[in-house]
Amino acid sequence: MRRATHAKWAACAAAAALAATACGGGDSGSGGDGGAVLSSSWGDPQNPLEPANTNEVQGGKVLDMIFRGLKRYDPGTGEAKDMLAEKIETSDSRNFTITVKDGWTFSNGEKVTAKSFVDAWNYGASLKNNQRNAYFFGYIEGYDKTHPEDGSAQSADTLSGLTVVDDRTFTVKLSQKFSTFPDTLGYPAFAPLPQAFFDDHAGWLSKPVGNGPYTVDSYTRGSQMSLRAWDAYPGADKAQNGGVDLKVYTDNNTAYTDLMAGNLDLVDDVPAAQLKNVRADLGDRYLNTPAGIIQTLAFPYYDKNWNKAGTEKVRTGLSRAIDRDQITDTIFQKTRTPAGDWTSPVLGEDGGFREGLCGDACEYDPDAAKKLIEEGGGLPGGQVKITYNADTGSHKQWVDAVCNSINNALGDDRACVGNPVGTFADFRGRITDLKMSGPFRAGWQMDYPLIQNFLQPLYYTGASSNDGKWSNKEYDDLIDQANAESDTAKAVGLFQDAEDVVRDNMAAIPLWYQNGSAGFSERLSDVKLNPFSVPVYDEIKVG
Amino acid sequence: MGQYVVRRLLQMIPVFIGATLLIFLMVNVMGDPVAGLCGDRQCDPATAARLRKEFGLDKPVGQQYLTYLANVFTGDFGTAFNGRPVTELMSSAFPVTVRLTVVAVLFEIVIGITLGVVTGLRRGRPVDTTVLLITLVVISVPTFVTGLLLQLLLGVEWGWIKPSVSTDATFDELIVPGLVLASVSLAYVTRLTRTSIAENRRSDYVRTAIAKGLPRRRVVTRHLLRNSLIPVVTFIGTDIGALMGGAIVTERIFNIHGVGYQLYQGILRQNTQTVVGFVTVLVLVFLVANLLVDLLYAVLDPRIRYA
Repeated sequence: MRRATHAKWAACAAAAALAATACGGGDSGSGGDGGAVLSSSWGDPQNPLEPANTNEVQGGKVLDMIFRGLKRYDPGTGEAKDMLAEKIETSDSRNFTITVKDGWTFSNGEKVTAKSFVDAWNYGASLKNNQRNAYFFGYIEGYDKTHPEDGSAQSADTLSGLTVVDDRTFTVKLSQKFSTFPDTLGYPAFAPLPQAFFDDHAGWLSKPVGNGPYTVDSYTRGSQMSLRAWDAYPGADKAQNGGVDLKVYTDNNTAYTDLMAGNLDLVDDVPAAQLKNVRADLGDRYLNTPAGIIQTLAFPYYDKNWNKAGTEKVRTGLSRAIDRDQITDTIFQKTRTPAGDWTSPVLGEDGGFREGLCGDACEYDPDAAKKLIEEGGGLPGGQVKITYNADTGSHKQWVDAVCNSINNALGDDRACVGNPVGTFADFRGRITDLKMSGPFRAGWQMDYPLIQNFLQPLYYTGASSNDGKWSNKEYDDLIDQANAESDTAKAVGLFQDAEDVVRDNMAAIPLWYQNGSAGFSERLSDVKLNPFSVPVYDEIKVG
Repeated sequence: MGQYVVRRLLQMIPVFIGATLLIFLMVNVMGDPVAGLCGDRQCDPATAARLRKEFGLDKPVGQQYLTYLANVFTGDFGTAFNGRPVTELMSSAFPVTVRLTVVAVLFEIVIGITLGVVTGLRRGRPVDTTVLLITLVVISVPTFVTGLLLQLLLGVEWGWIKPSVSTDATFDELIVPGLVLASVSLAYVTRLTRTSIAENRRSDYVRTAIAKGLPRRRVVTRHLLRNSLIPVVTFIGTDIGALMGGAIVTERIFNIHGVGYQLYQGILRQNTQTVVGFVTVLVLVFLVANLLVDLLYAVLDPRIRYA
């Protein structure tokens, strides 16, 4: 329904400019003085807004503004850099001594000490606190006591592997070797927490207090959060604007309309329906940058049809029957890039991304596809059903396109059909209950920019996101070796060897890398998205 | 009269229990909501089990329903998955939707009835034909088309209004969304009033009133309109419930954080407590509105008595 002619766009831009100046004088006028406030679209966080309880982008967005952890992932390169950590030392990749920088405080004046971290991690790992991200602390010794797997009563409230040495030093003992552990510490779950969090938990939730460049000014749950720059912020990444008003939108189309009308400054989720016109509407105020998200098709290995010898040929055949270029061009308007491995380009070559690792197996070739599937014994039951949740994203469109591509390649109209499930929760429920009978949608958004995060949680035997229950001894051994390897380059090499195993078995079909997209008003400059597809708010300039 | 009201109120109890039970079962059939709480990965079993216990999902459905019902009578509508009590969600959502509904109903009454009277009195004239044609168009165009079109024209192209409604959702911001929400019903009200007026104009009591020499204005407002309003009032009364529950589309288009928004989110997240709580209140609103309509009959038409 959006128009695309230039004349109309000009009128609209003028309207946007007029309205922007009209609403610019929110806090202290619009003069590019760093005091002006911008507004940005937001979604209601699904879980209570606690660091170890937030596992989706909308809540993570806020945590990224009000917290700084030991490490921070560089918004440009994704590299884990020391933030509050002065040094993290280890001699055996298992015992770590962490020193916290001096001079950091929470916005309520409380000092950030070693205890702030240890208390926060203990809270996150303790079963009784119902933290959705508790498993992040699973590598720390004593986790099995504070968070018993079988749900029985926990026998300890604190992790035995954490010890406060003095005000600024604490030690971490892991239950196994994990050389890249320090690089995982930029994940929000590892953020420090002030004493107020434990003393007045309800009060903290209604107005969170952290140590980041922004403080929460007011929070109307479910509709709006006003964040303001914290003047006394001690870090180098001080906010370049006066603050951010996050507004909850039910529908990203409305947010986009608001942006066009000058009622909103920043939209970090351009609706699929607008992708065709967004360049005409916004010009260079539209961002489309790679993010650490990969979409794949997973298979149920608990189903004997998919777990017998020869089915790897069927899976490779299916992979070769998918015309990734055409689908990413026509359906996603190049906001996704055809995948050539099982990681993400945001890792960079050094981080383990290898373009073309998948090789022929991801090249579109209908003849080869047909041959491979025949060699592998044909499609189980003569048909594959791709299961997906129909409530979010534009999953229906691409699943239909993938099926279309497969059907055309195999010359069989009934070779592939989509199998929609009503809600995301129901979809996840069926996966958890092992009820899948054919390929299903699997998306992975990285927690931290490490190759380990793209491989271990998804394909290691019994891992938390190994939805297809794939299991391969050779792969598991390589992952174990890689984790124990203290030389980063060698570790990455071992991870890539493991990835080769994934390819040879076609454990999951890689589809495409997803980009982050955003659009912004003419008032803003220096807008960019980090590798997690979240706007880097502290660098945005207004006016 | 009093007895009649008491009887009607008592009748509400089985309707209330039946409606809540149905919705409770329907949301439960959708599967395990905890599975959707951990993103694209499996919740670790221990945390999932604790969450299920906290939300009472580990009990059999029948028991869950009884516990829920018992809690509702003490004013506790449960807790949503993001840790907010449902009563808190209600206290933020209902005022907004009530304001939106008030705006919509006002549009229906003022514009709808006025147009109905004018066309009813001038049947067959150009005014009548034009209004009939317009109402036909309004009825046949779906609400979301009207909504998006008005939003785009008034909000983006001409800049008269803001395309979305702010958190406060004041009355002036709700004028356009209210009009969109009311549009279809408004057309029906016009048509109902028109038919009713046209019919009653030929009735004996109107002829008598004219013969008595009453001024035309008094004949129309006191005798004709008052007696013609019964079907219209019935329609508007039942429409109040429909407007409040049916505002999902309008609220989504204009980003209004009312009942429709909470219901939509509750359904997506399979949040039984939110969905059942909100629908229960909507059912009550519907029942009470119906009762009020029935009582209003007696006021409008002196021939109707309740014993």
